Amino acid sequence: MDDATLPVEAGAAQPRLEAQDKPHHEDRDVPRLEARDISMRFGKVVALENAHMAAHAGEVTCLLGDNGAGKSTLIKVLAGVHPPTEGACLLDGEAVHFLSPREALNRGIATVYQDLAMVPLMSVWRNFFLGSEPTTGRGPFRRIDVGRCREETHTQLTAMGIELRDPDQPVGSLSGGERQAVAIARALHFGARVLILDEPTAALGLRQSERVLEHVRHAADRGVAVVFVTHTPHHAHPVGDRFVVLRRGRVVANEPREALPVEKLAALMSGE
Amino acid sequence: MSRRASGSFTRTFLGPGAAAAVGAILIWLLFAGAAGSAFRSMAGTASYLNAAAPLGILAVGVALLMIGGEFDLSVGSIVGVSGMSVMLLTTELGWSVWPAIAGTVVLCLLIGFLNGLTVVRTQLPSFIVTLATLFILRGLTIAAARGFTSRTQLGGLDDISGYEIARAVLGSAPVGGLRISIVWWLGCAALATWVLLRTPWGNWIFAAGGQPEAARNVGVRIGRVKIGLFMTNALCACLVGIIQAVRFSGADALRGQLQEFYAIIAVVIGGTLLTGGYGTIVGAVIGALIFGMVRQGIVMSGIDADWFQVFLGGMLLLAVFVNRTVLVRAQRAS
Repeated sequence: MDDATLPVEAGAAQPRLEAQDKPHHEDRDVPRLEARDISMRFGKVVALENAHMAAHAGEVTCLLGDNGAGKSTLIKVLAGVHPPTEGACLLDGEAVHFLSPREALNRGIATVYQDLAMVPLMSVWRNFFLGSEPTTGRGPFRRIDVGRCREETHTQLTAMGIELRDPDQPVGSLSGGERQAVAIARALHFGARVLILDEPTAALGLRQSERVLEHVRHAADRGVAVVFVTHTPHHAHPVGDRFVVLRRGRVVANEPREALPVEKLAALMSGE
Repeated sequence: MSRRASGSFTRTFLGPGAAAAVGAILIWLLFAGAAGSAFRSMAGTASYLNAAAPLGILAVGVALLMIGGEFDLSVGSIVGVSGMSVMLLTTELGWSVWPAIAGTVVLCLLIGFLNGLTVVRTQLPSFIVTLATLFILRGLTIAAARGFTSRTQLGGLDDISGYEIARAVLGSAPVGGLRISIVWWLGCAALATWVLLRTPWGNWIFAAGGQPEAARNVGVRIGRVKIGLFMTNALCACLVGIIQAVRFSGADALRGQLQEFYAIIAVVIGGTLLTGGYGTIVGAVIGALIFGMVRQGIVMSGIDADWFQVFLGGMLLLAVFVNRTVLVRAQRAS
């Protein structure tokens, strides 16, 4: 499954892969989401230079790098926040040009940002269905189906091993790990095909991080293409199928798990 | 106390509005004692409810907007625009009462739309944008009144066709001295509560004030929500202006002055956070009720009315302090 993704050497210009420009949905080797030769410049600042990565269905692709390496920029390109200066994103082998996060979301690309996934003062069920509220009734009497929201939230979170005392409790009263879990459960519930997780384990303790990593693995096992962004090799290594390492805007490694022991991963990130 | 327990404690006992409800009961007891039967009687009750109603209608719109994370300082000026618009359309342009009311509603919705559009497009704080519209609208109202009539106080709405029905619907006092504006107040509050708690728009309003980036990330159109809130708010102010024009069968270009501050005070006393994302309409209703009770209760107790403002400011400080405690508790839980 990994064969379609060529390892990229540091700084090497990628030859264009003309043969893959036509869509082939049925082909299992076509990555679900691919960033091809992405360059991103903000004025004179080069944030990304010919970055290439692919996320396959059922796999966890880890995107690693130190602060300022370009991780956030790359996922924002994938999530439709920024159109890239050069290069293209391919969904199921088909070039896509998203103008907003909503467009990406409508095509099944869900992004969970570390701090901006939830509204802390709102209840768990209100957060869970925010922006996609199920309604009942017609015309001016159209209203949120609150009973269904509460029930569904409870069911989905129980399935992820989270015992919620009350779906009406504010998200602010959940732990950081539980919040990430709610965000992941929400993305899966609304049919995400690609799940981008921005530093979901940052600022979490050891036990909570482990729980979140379980959720990451679980999402991939359900057939979702997961992009897991982190700067901690020890979090990435146990769950990752493939590792893409960014340094100063360039991809310096793109290897399957077998080829990269955790020590080498750490060394690649720091550039030693 | 565990984190969970403190979370539910906060919601049960210090939830928005709960502290204000306790405050309202204490203030009623205070004036029931100090002013005696004058305050407790039907006439006394009617007097503070009647005083609370127009402010209460404004507070409903201001509360929705504040929960959505924005301010509107121009509501008092919109009250002035609204009353003057009804008068000029009828007495100067010869419209009958109901078309004039319809035209005034459209005008006020347009003002709200422009307020919202300016805030959303420029990303400037709504405090500054609507402070500017406060003065622009007030100035325009005075200029328009003088330009058409060379006066700033107009009367004679009761001579215009359609006034009788308008008076019955908007300006009458059908039962025991209670004005029909109380019905409008409670009606607006009930409708707003339903929208806030039971419709997708309500969910988006909470999110717009609580964490707009998170809402945008899941596809909520925050700009639209905010513009809608400014228009709703302007509609509430419009209603108050129309009610007062009908009731007094005239308008004053200065009507509504300071009401924007009173409305914000009522909403904050009612437990809504100034920073948005948290609050209830019930709280705003109680805040307006407290305002009415204090305003009338002080007079009935024989205290000099000058003390009203001192009392109001003191209560605002106290309310903000209680609110902050709620916020700190909610955030500590995270």
